[in-house]
Amino acid sequence: MPNQQVIDSDIHCNVPNVRVLFPYLSQYWRDTIEQTGFNGATDTAYPAGAALSAKPGTKPEDGPAGSSLELLRSQVLDANDVEYAILNCAYAVDGIRNPYGAAAMASAVNDWLIAEWLEKEPRLRASLVIPSQYPDLAVKEIDRVGDHPGFVQVFLAGRSEHPYGNRRYFPIFEAVMKHNLVAGIQFGGAPGTPPTASGWPTYYAEEAVGMAHIFQSQLTSLISEGTFAEFPDLRLTMVEGGWTWLPSLMWRLDKNWKALRREIPWTVQAPSEYIREHVRFTTQPIDAPENPKHLRQIVDQLGSDELLMYSTDYPHWHADDTDGRLPIDLPADRCQKIMSENARAWYRLG
Amino acid sequence: MVMTATRTEQSGAVRPTLVDGDIHTTFASSAVVKKYLAKRWHDYHDQYARWGYDGSNYPKDGLNGGSRGDSVPPEGGPPGSSLPFLREQLLDEWGIDLAINNPLGHSQKNRHPDYLAALCSATNDWQLAEWSEPEPRIKASITVPSDYGELAAQEIDRLGPNPSYVQVLMSIRTAEPLGRPRYWPIYEASERHGLPIGIHFGGHSGHPITGTGWPSYYYEYHSGMSQSFQSQVVSLIYEGVFERFPNLKMVMIEGGFAWLPPLTWRLDSHWKRLRRDLPHLKRLPSETIRDHIWLTTQPIEEPHRPEHFAELLEQGNLYDRLMFATDYPHWDFDAPSDVLPKIALPDGFEQKLMFGTALSFYRLPEVSA
Repeated sequence: MPNQQVIDSDIHCNVPNVRVLFPYLSQYWRDTIEQTGFNGATDTAYPAGAALSAKPGTKPEDGPAGSSLELLRSQVLDANDVEYAILNCAYAVDGIRNPYGAAAMASAVNDWLIAEWLEKEPRLRASLVIPSQYPDLAVKEIDRVGDHPGFVQVFLAGRSEHPYGNRRYFPIFEAVMKHNLVAGIQFGGAPGTPPTASGWPTYYAEEAVGMAHIFQSQLTSLISEGTFAEFPDLRLTMVEGGWTWLPSLMWRLDKNWKALRREIPWTVQAPSEYIREHVRFTTQPIDAPENPKHLRQIVDQLGSDELLMYSTDYPHWHADDTDGRLPIDLPADRCQKIMSENARAWYRLG
Repeated sequence: MVMTATRTEQSGAVRPTLVDGDIHTTFASSAVVKKYLAKRWHDYHDQYARWGYDGSNYPKDGLNGGSRGDSVPPEGGPPGSSLPFLREQLLDEWGIDLAINNPLGHSQKNRHPDYLAALCSATNDWQLAEWSEPEPRIKASITVPSDYGELAAQEIDRLGPNPSYVQVLMSIRTAEPLGRPRYWPIYEASERHGLPIGIHFGGHSGHPITGTGWPSYYYEYHSGMSQSFQSQVVSLIYEGVFERFPNLKMVMIEGGFAWLPPLTWRLDSHWKRLRRDLPHLKRLPSETIRDHIWLTTQPIEEPHRPEHFAELLEQGNLYDRLMFATDYPHWDFDAPSDVLPKIALPDGFEQKLMFGTALSFYRLPEVSA
């Protein structure tokens, strides 16, 4: 489609190795990294070499996929004629047990994002990372860098030690609101607790597929704990968690809400209404059904044209046919909302 | 619409036209448990019956831990403990010809595997003696200590040859994902006896009940069950359980079913991308699911726009894989009379849903005396 505007709501960069963060770490943490076993974040939701982690051709010669701004420019920003892209760095500070180590690494990653990505490429906006397992330290970090114009979102790893609706996380959402940011729940996380209600699965593929169920649990929690009632202007993006499951979740949540709402009296609207008002979803991975008619049905069942925001999820490898286009059969005006306008309004981009 | 069974004039035989895929009975008292429980465990039962895994403290809506307000038997005792009252309030009231009895809470609620095994045996003997023998409309399930595959397999071997038992019963929240090897003896034994496995809502094995920690409310405990079902289907499929046990059939009970089509798409797309890691899988996940997994209806999906229900059936090709269930006596009971939305659905679908699929899935007689 000529002249179509594109905003890519989810692309990724990777810290190639802990030493690139040295300019942004204190002497104490540089020494600690040099002289002890502490090496920053070591857990990752994207095992190196797994097919999902990097699309063929995205790995630069001297580092992991997503570590080169030049490649990012040529393979995404220029190739798809992207107006803006939201950059997410899944550096797992949430898996660092030492609270001060987690906070120091989060600050370093954020300063590195500013210096190496945001200041060098005006089309980029980014999520700032936080030690979400320690909400007081997370708030400090949001206060420290949250007003930088390049940051539009706070990165919350999908898997957390407690569901994000839990009131221990309210201070994080309060800080998100204070700085006019979006909360972005993202694929991944390293809380050390099992990723299913029945323990640890055997295969990475199980964890990757199961991430959708984590997003469902998080959404259920945020609604039932009253997070959206507590923070009526909260904007939440579900990044890389899929969304074809959303109609089924809304039906279930609404049905149970009718029967059980006296337990959660602060939840005064139907859950689906909170979702349509407060939550957006990036499009990749689509996990499209074989029959395109079924995908179109799902999009219509969402009940709003404003919920989806186009993403490539670069450099992660999902579908092959989504670069700069939306593989959903929709009229041009509806398509354009998903390709750019929903994200423009959501992230308040120019 | 309630369909009534047709009684043939000559023989008095019945053609079932309504099968309830999920009802719950419970012991009237501890004294009744001990009537069936091996003596070795009486003392333990008195002291530690409720000593299990902590953390899952979600007071249920409804009387007596989640039951309908009108389900307390007139003679006293907990809901689901009286056969005469269950006959009156469920089987006769709704014209239910056959019902699958799923007694809950005996397979995981304690940390002692041998006590669990004894309690499951007691439950199974009690089901036969006090429910299925006096009331042939009620079919029994073999409850098993589901986190201990070998003990469970022994119980399946003990009772499997008896046709009053129509399935093996497990709960969805197991100690490990269901594809893991500790459960394979259960699958092997079930296959050996030609029994399907029913995986029911609930259970607790000590983990937080979501993949991201403990939620705060029963609303989440209940709604979150569909994530547990999804996780288990992922494990069963990607671990290759149905390729290892090709004659095994499962029914997901009380988990809803709208989550299945999108999960199937996600399983297919990730299998295509990650199949190098899953060399033991020879078939597309969606094909395996279609051949091996059935679901009960309650709590039936209620899309805001009823035509979306028809789309859901089509997307998942669910026409012959759903079985009606009431979940009696629990608070979220679905009545046979208004389970389906008032829209046009394919010819024959309602008959399959209300009895046809269950009769063939459970190999129940199409004509019974």
